[in-house]
Amino acid sequence: MQAVIVENIVKSYRTKKTVVDALKGISFSVDKGEIFGIIGPDGAGKTSLFRILTTLLLADSGNASVDGFDVVKEYKQIRNRVGYMPGRFSLYQDLTVQENLEFFAAIFNTSIEENYDLVKDIYQQIEPFKMRRAGQLSGGMKQKLALSCALIHKPSVLFLDEPTTGVDAVSRKEFWEMLHRLKLQGISILVSTPYMVEASLCDRVALIQKGEILSVNTPKGVISEFKKPLWAVRANEMFRLMKAIKDDPSVESCYPFGQYHHVAFKVQENNKEKLEQIAQKGNYTQVEIHSIEPNIEDCFMALMKE
Amino acid sequence: MQKEKVIIAKELTKRFGAFTAVDKITFDVQKGEIFGFLGANGAGKTTAMRMLCGLSLPTSGSASVAGYDVYKQNELIKKNIGYMSQKFSLYEDLTIRENIRFYAGIYGLTDKQIKEKTYSLIKQLNLEGQEKTLVRALPLGWKQKLAFSIAVVHDPAIVFLDEPTSGVDPITRREFWSLIYEASAREITIFVTTHYMDEAEYCNRVSIMVDGRMEALDSPSNMMKDYSAKSMDGVFLQLARKAVRTGD
Repeated sequence: MQAVIVENIVKSYRTKKTVVDALKGISFSVDKGEIFGIIGPDGAGKTSLFRILTTLLLADSGNASVDGFDVVKEYKQIRNRVGYMPGRFSLYQDLTVQENLEFFAAIFNTSIEENYDLVKDIYQQIEPFKMRRAGQLSGGMKQKLALSCALIHKPSVLFLDEPTTGVDAVSRKEFWEMLHRLKLQGISILVSTPYMVEASLCDRVALIQKGEILSVNTPKGVISEFKKPLWAVRANEMFRLMKAIKDDPSVESCYPFGQYHHVAFKVQENNKEKLEQIAQKGNYTQVEIHSIEPNIEDCFMALMKE
Repeated sequence: MQKEKVIIAKELTKRFGAFTAVDKITFDVQKGEIFGFLGANGAGKTTAMRMLCGLSLPTSGSASVAGYDVYKQNELIKKNIGYMSQKFSLYEDLTIRENIRFYAGIYGLTDKQIKEKTYSLIKQLNLEGQEKTLVRALPLGWKQKLAFSIAVVHDPAIVFLDEPTSGVDPITRREFWSLIYEASAREITIFVTTHYMDEAEYCNRVSIMVDGRMEALDSPSNMMKDYSAKSMDGVFLQLARKAVRTGD
């Protein structure tokens, strides 16, 4: 049985004048024990999807099930067996760390002791502050408390909506290490992120943009869908170089990536020679050109353009 | 010839009671430079930025921004800088044109200048025909591009950008950086924080704060050489891992 099944889910929001199509008929499924990433920018529909799957919002049409239960007819069973960490910190700010955790354990008819093993790894890091009110915690600590509270009833599926947004690179890395340890305990994890680099840390990903899924695959699979050779180019004047490359009619795309520009051509012939020509014509120095493997962000941008 | 310095900070310090948020940071930023200001959550970035923007008085040390002293001339600093934060949004229930007019007016531009600026800015952003659209109706990426253009509408000496691209899609994120490059070419100094490490590599120089101190300051390529890292991500992980302090 699959942990999550989504079939043709449609959701739109209506105000007086405008209609916003948040989800335009999306389908995918998450295997048991899998870390499945929903990768996409703000406004892609990630939060609407999470709210539908956690039974907090009704879809306009389509079906979805979590752990075999229908999100509409069997919402009570779902609420008992999933953990949900919303994008916005939603714990009780005026309860202490320990009180929050006790509260969530109590509503699910369990106790901290009973499932301590599951949260130990994460909770121990904030235990020295267990008498502190949640509102007084730093961002990183709030995130750890929220994850502990989402886990305390030993959920079978964990929903994490942008847990790493606005978090620095080190804390982000540690958070993903925690998720991998949870996976080993057999928990299925659906996690969303706007950081494309985090896609490689998932077993499979859905790339999502403006309510539509661009691709569902393993991170390696997404990359192998990128059919064109990709080139990395750098020189002394990067901004001028980018304009020159973009102005060339044979160029399909040119995007800056850190110290390099990534360039793809419409036709795969004499690409390197073409780049050398452009560099020579513009009198650039310190020119460097080599072919590279695309990354998830290259793929995402190529799919966005299609 | 050495370029003019737009920020000069010497042993700049801010203490809150017994807690030293910013601990004697010394650095300078040149005119037209794109300066990346990195650090883990809680390293002291926001506090340092608030002092440089004239919003918070230092405990000790000295700094001048755009030629003005952070202790005595903070009102002049505010007039001569631009500021854009991740949360800062324009007035959602005003149109694009009204927002430009409003902010340009606040910064003291004349009616004639406002007219010219409105025209050139809308053209630069390819927003022709949408002048009367409410800002609320724009996608996030567009809002951020517009917010940036408005933050430099008065041609400030320097613009402070606090995580301007959080949550923005990858193509728009790059378009945003094109705007940064163009502003820098107009000799506007860019002081920017980000959690995207690839963006750190677009900067001319980058500083990394750890526990209130400035642990590293160099060009991205020198830094990667010094720390034997293939990317700025690697440099950042090595430095920020040393942090004792946690939190925001």
